[in-house]
Amino acid sequence: MFQKMYPTTRMENSSEPLLSVHGLHKSFDDNPILKGVSLDVEKGDLVSIIGPSGCGKSTFLRCMNFLEIPDAGKISIAGVEIDCQGLEDAPPRDLKEKAHKLRQQVGMVFQQFNLFPHKTILENVMLAPMVVRGVPREDAEKNGLRLLEKVGLGALADRYPAQMSGGQQQRAGIARALAMNPQVMLYDEPTSALDPELVDEVLKVMKDLDNEGMTQIVVTHEMRFARDASDYIVFMEKGHIVEISDEDEIFQNPKDERTRQFLKRFI
Amino acid sequence: MLRLLASILLCTAALAVAQESAPQPVLRWAADPDSNAPYTFYDSSNKLTGFEYEIINAIAKRMGRKAEFVQNDWDGLIPGLGRGMYDVVICGIEITPDKAGEVLFSNPYYVTFEQLVDRKGTPPITSLDQLSGKQIGTLDQTAALAMLEKTPGVEAKTYDEEINAYQDTANGRLFGVLLDYPIAKYYAAPNPNLQFSGPPFGQIVYGIAIKKGNTQLQQELNAALQQVIESGEMRDILSRWGLWTPTVAGAFGQPEEPSLPDTSYKAFVASHSEHASLSTKIQQYWNYWPLLLNAAILTIEISLVGMALAIAVGFTLALMRVFGPWPLRWLATLYIEIVRGTPLLIQLLFIFYGLSQLGTVLGHPELNIKLSPFIAGVLGLGLNYAAYEAENYRAGLLAIPKGQMEAARALGMTHFQGLRFVVIPQSFRLVLPPVTNDFISLLKDSSLVSMVTLVELTGAYQRIATQTFDFFGPGILVAIIYLLIGLPFVRLARYTEQTLAVDQRRPGQKPGIVPGFIKIGKASPR
Repeated sequence: MFQKMYPTTRMENSSEPLLSVHGLHKSFDDNPILKGVSLDVEKGDLVSIIGPSGCGKSTFLRCMNFLEIPDAGKISIAGVEIDCQGLEDAPPRDLKEKAHKLRQQVGMVFQQFNLFPHKTILENVMLAPMVVRGVPREDAEKNGLRLLEKVGLGALADRYPAQMSGGQQQRAGIARALAMNPQVMLYDEPTSALDPELVDEVLKVMKDLDNEGMTQIVVTHEMRFARDASDYIVFMEKGHIVEISDEDEIFQNPKDERTRQFLKRFI
Repeated sequence: MLRLLASILLCTAALAVAQESAPQPVLRWAADPDSNAPYTFYDSSNKLTGFEYEIINAIAKRMGRKAEFVQNDWDGLIPGLGRGMYDVVICGIEITPDKAGEVLFSNPYYVTFEQLVDRKGTPPITSLDQLSGKQIGTLDQTAALAMLEKTPGVEAKTYDEEINAYQDTANGRLFGVLLDYPIAKYYAAPNPNLQFSGPPFGQIVYGIAIKKGNTQLQQELNAALQQVIESGEMRDILSRWGLWTPTVAGAFGQPEEPSLPDTSYKAFVASHSEHASLSTKIQQYWNYWPLLLNAAILTIEISLVGMALAIAVGFTLALMRVFGPWPLRWLATLYIEIVRGTPLLIQLLFIFYGLSQLGTVLGHPELNIKLSPFIAGVLGLGLNYAAYEAENYRAGLLAIPKGQMEAARALGMTHFQGLRFVVIPQSFRLVLPPVTNDFISLLKDSSLVSMVTLVELTGAYQRIATQTFDFFGPGILVAIIYLLIGLPFVRLARYTEQTLAVDQRRPGQKPGIVPGFIKIGKASPR
């Protein structure tokens, strides 16, 4: 299959990347959404993915923990390597095993938080370690409280999601994902559902994590955040990565015309 | 006609080879004592009595057996005989060629005729043809009905309870009622608004029904019956009940005048006067409290066990339908559609009577499934409501946003773990209100199990009402009991629902005081 060449890796030389995606394809009902996406991410990087609606950035993110099964391409995260060619027709058990392995490495934060409304936020954070890893309740609780402290919700541990603001809920969502000790954190428009005054408290948590050396990939419309906090920015359009650039460079001097058009609205 | 039938029966008996082993020490006999005076019925102190009751006891005594009563609904009497629930049925069953094909009959123990009853003051009727164009009430599956259907122009209306037919005549809804003389004598004669009209119509011969093939029991019964008649005991019994008529005297070849005064009849009329004072009535109701208490307990038991079954099966069906592979999905849908599309009453009767003939139909009688009335009732209600529960749970499962399962999967949970810890607990609260509703419906539908011989509240109501001729007071009484049973469950469900309404509770708020908790569905995003 013919594949257009787009820049796929960062310019500077580096050691083995923590996350490496190569030639990812995904269609919904014969409607191609990802048309060969490749990306390498170093450990400790914070990468923002921007682009117009429908460009495939959310699908790309969801492919990285197999919430969508890619049609083709290779994914390698922290030593877990998966060739996605023909995976959808593979025996369900194979697929399950691969998805499970991958998800052990990746934490996911959703636009709508997707907290479990019938559990307190502490229980939200404790559930997966107990159910998936068999962590004893006491340890899960200790670790859960530590994580809630970290995102500034220590005092609200026994509240239910509906009793908290959106910003607080999203921070709890981050704590819940961190509880599984992921190597990479994925954020799918984490602040899009928030009132403007609540956005900063979530972004601050992400910046703190960046300072601690967490690897993070953020699909976002927050250009200010992308610019201030990202190590570099990925611009996607129509299922392709169009430009990968240093944050200042992409805003001041976009190489690609399409990037320029998109960013005009924000500058 | 009578002689002919009797001799046919005797011939069959003589020809058949005795198959049954040594006689049992008990004679299990069945009747439907509800609304069944003067045959076999409960008197106002809730004791079994009636002329058939006395006859069968006299017969059993002469057979050297202990008479043991088994209660069954009228429609189930003959099928129950086939199921082996009892040995004989004595319940005013007319010996007809149709029925003689299904069961064996003893020799006749009573001979009578159809009596027409109409409103006081109506000009006398001398022939059935005069009833053309008029509405006449009777009971289903009776010789009277057959007679009415053969008379051109008569509109026959069948009733479940004879008392209702006579009441409708008294208040003008019917022109009259055609029923067996004993029924007319007990239900119509005491009513000052009704009168007997016309000559005796037809001839009716009552026989004791025996399971087909059991000719040895038939011979024993006939021998004992012969002794009861010849000794004069039969004449005594029928005289006391006021039923010794020239017709029956002629059939047995005995004197026409009664041997004893009609004391049993007089006692019945006295205790069933419609004009009893309120205090007498309350006294009467009070006598029924043990019956009502047992009936209420049975109603609760059946409803609870039935609901538990409905929830378990319904939940499985919902999971099959929402998450199963296509064959399971298809099966679950088929089950739900069939069960929801057919009447519960038919399902109940099929489970109780139909399954007991399953093996016979297949040619392997050992495969017949004979369920106890309680099990059949619980299965019928439970399996029926399972279909409705399944749809509730399906709706509940589908109402949980997709993001919940995605979050669970993203955290590394399997599909099953996501269901168990995330989706199902949330749908539980969602389905609680409809499930509570269904339980209340099931509680009321449990009245249908009276059709498979269980005397729960509705059965008890029918019994009391037909014994006292009073549908008003007992009706209110039973309705109140149903309400009282239902209330605690509604309360419990509301409390549980409030306790679970965590996503609508404000900080520090205790369960149970949530305003507007009835709103179901997604909490509005803040």
